[in-house]
Amino acid sequence: MGEVLQAVIARIDPYFLQISVNIGIAIILALGLNVVTGLTGQLSLGHAAFMSIGAFTSALATIKLGLPFSVNLLLAGAISAATGALIGYPILRLAGDYLAICTLGFAEIVKVVFLNLELTNKAFGLSVPPPKSAIPLPIVVWLAALLAIVAVSFIRNSRFGRALMAIRCDEIAAESMGINIARYKVHSFAIGAFLAGVGGGLYAHSLGFINPSDFGFLKSIDILGMIVLGGLGSIPGSVIGAAVLSTAPEFLRFMANYRMLVYGGLLVFLMIFRPNGLMGGVNLKELVRSWRS
Amino acid sequence: MALLKLEHVTIRFGGLVAVHNVTLNVDKGSIHALIGPNGAGKSTIFNLITGIYPPTSGTISFRGRSIAGMPTHRIAALGISRTFQNIRLFSDLSVLDNVLIGAHTRGGWDLTGALMKFAPWVQREEREMRELAFSRLKLVELDHRAADSSGALPYGEQRRLEIARALALCPELLLLDEPAAGMNPQEKLALMEMVERIRADGVTVLLVEHDMKFVMGLSDRIAVLDYGEKIAEGDPCEIRANPQVIEAYLGKAAPFTDAASDNIPVARSAVCW
Amino acid sequence: MLQRTMLQSTKGRAMMLQQLINGVALGATYALIALGYTMVYGIISLINFAHGEIFMVGAFVGLLMVATFKVNFFVAMLIAMLVCMALGVLIEWVAYRPLRKSSRLSALISAIGVSIFLSSLAQMIFGADAKGFPDSAFTMRRIHIGAADISTLQLLIIGVSACLMLALEFIVRKTRIGKAMRATSEDYNTAALMGINVNMIISFTFALGSALAAAGGVLVGLLFNSVSFNMGLMAGLKAFAAAVLGGIGSIPGAMLGGLLLGITEVFTVAAGYSSYRDAIAFAILVLVLMVRPTGLLGRKIQKKV
Repeated sequence: MGEVLQAVIARIDPYFLQISVNIGIAIILALGLNVVTGLTGQLSLGHAAFMSIGAFTSALATIKLGLPFSVNLLLAGAISAATGALIGYPILRLAGDYLAICTLGFAEIVKVVFLNLELTNKAFGLSVPPPKSAIPLPIVVWLAALLAIVAVSFIRNSRFGRALMAIRCDEIAAESMGINIARYKVHSFAIGAFLAGVGGGLYAHSLGFINPSDFGFLKSIDILGMIVLGGLGSIPGSVIGAAVLSTAPEFLRFMANYRMLVYGGLLVFLMIFRPNGLMGGVNLKELVRSWRS
Repeated sequence: MALLKLEHVTIRFGGLVAVHNVTLNVDKGSIHALIGPNGAGKSTIFNLITGIYPPTSGTISFRGRSIAGMPTHRIAALGISRTFQNIRLFSDLSVLDNVLIGAHTRGGWDLTGALMKFAPWVQREEREMRELAFSRLKLVELDHRAADSSGALPYGEQRRLEIARALALCPELLLLDEPAAGMNPQEKLALMEMVERIRADGVTVLLVEHDMKFVMGLSDRIAVLDYGEKIAEGDPCEIRANPQVIEAYLGKAAPFTDAASDNIPVARSAVCW
Repeated sequence: MLQRTMLQSTKGRAMMLQQLINGVALGATYALIALGYTMVYGIISLINFAHGEIFMVGAFVGLLMVATFKVNFFVAMLIAMLVCMALGVLIEWVAYRPLRKSSRLSALISAIGVSIFLSSLAQMIFGADAKGFPDSAFTMRRIHIGAADISTLQLLIIGVSACLMLALEFIVRKTRIGKAMRATSEDYNTAALMGINVNMIISFTFALGSALAAAGGVLVGLLFNSVSFNMGLMAGLKAFAAAVLGGIGSIPGAMLGGLLLGITEVFTVAAGYSSYRDAIAFAILVLVLMVRPTGLLGRKIQKKV
């Protein structure tokens, strides 16, 4: 089975392959943040920290433990999720702005700690060997992205998802309807962190080399931009936003210098003129319904 | 039999005593009203009952069990739901979703249930919740609007939606905070009938309201608050005639206006001996 | 045990005094930036994410004035303050005012967008490497106080910061416009109903905060002799931590928080944990928000349902 897939992969243009892998990983990261920020309304500016934790966990699992890739990724996700829950519990009591800054602070702390830890090779970065997997990496990425899309869609259209959205809309009303705000916030944070951890693990093995500085504020903002562009809370939006923003640097290479400038301006522009992003806050069911009619 | 008991409840915010030594018994199956001038502490009492603030002293018990200091979501799960003075709908969400969230405590499947979306037990729970939600919407006559965005509803319908949402919790005690505010006489009449139907379904109602015809026409018992203290309690006839109440509202003795001068036909208890 | 030994020896005491002086000087600059955060938050409940970039712009303008136009250092600082006042007002008008009725999330994301825009712009114009002030800018001498040294630069920083903070206190407490600012921060809607031109007050608040940040920028640029496009983010976040520590919305709080943070940071480095110097601000931030969110001097706001 593995050789068949390898053969298939070998026939695809490597450039396209790399881009599709980048998009796939971006989709997983964006969806994770969308659960926290889009569905539950908690602005997290430190999402890259969970990506970092996942990336290093996954890399070290391959280097030191030689775990098979699927277990490896689940481990990365689980450790990130646990960290998310741990951090989430005390800080999720805070109001929106403070929470955002706290997540930013947390991300900075993680970065500084990893930069100083022997285990993560300090500031020199870690070389990541290929994963122990019969299935080629690109296919793992695509499968993971697909699973993430399905899972988050399921979450959104469920009692659990409704509770998250209630929290986003009005916490006091949500609580009055029996929703344990703290518990759901922590759960959503953990889900977001899990996905970020898996994405980080895939990122580490796809790139082959990771450094704690890769996962700073700018990376968190990158992911935030994807879900804002696509529309907060919208799953097709996150997919599109992830696709656009992870490939844009390629197509816009000529304006590489202006990239962040445009990015910043775009965020402001979107918030003022189209706060619901490209998808306008629509979800897939409504979208399909409108196509059919 | 008292479903809800507040005994010598006091709450202090820094130097301000918002509610002082209030004792209140709400009997099961009754419609009990809380009236008083603005700032008398009525909404504060609602917030105390629903656990948004803990009382500084005194006890609050529901079905014989102390709930003072319990977190809001646990109190809701025990069977107390409410509407809000300034409507607090989930305005980004649809009408149906709002009521479905009201039905949250009727279900139990969280993340695992969400991921196992097509499992028969999850599907059954979802179906039951939807049926409950639609039945509540039908009660408030909003079932035809189920798919609409709740934020787009006109004011009167938003108030009704909030009631439907609160009812989806299948409460034993329903707290209505100024449910008739901003409504025209016809809407108020329809609301009165709705509240009677709710009581007939077995729900005890505690309401805060400023509209005297509404209160007098609906309530079995009325408690009057002024400056955080209960100054009177009794049935509508007793309250109407109580000079302290009249003074608290109007300053000097002035009779409640005749029901005939407004277009609301007043039910039963308006006729006093 | 280290502390006891330190306090016991004269050398140890001298070192502690030295670090204290260093900390106060650094802290004073944090306080200047923190004031802008706290004033804006107090009035429109927005964390002005772009505030740190205004600090950075101030530093660059100061540098430009001194290095290219050979202007006196004080004048350069004044010009930087004026430029940044205009910039602050412009930012509010373009990126925050249209969102005043929108969700907090939108305003915060917009602020982040402005922050990214400004730092990228600076990087484009000035390049990625840090620039230093020419030596002619300020002749530094060391003065002995007891067993420690204080440089004239540090004295200047502390002096200028103290003057600016006093000026701010005067404006806020003793002038009509200051009263209007306080009213607006207490209750936005009522202030408007009382005839206060709320938009103008908000612009004025931004202008004041930006002026202070600009002054801070020039002073920090001199202190570390380094001005770069990315100095805004870190300084801004640390100043925010200082504002939260002191109690967001409280002007004396921002000053206190700034000083405490500066001292803590300097002592952290002195104790040998220099690589964690940036993380310490965040650790303080997270700790304060978890233990006492209103900060040291902030007011507790009651939930209104």
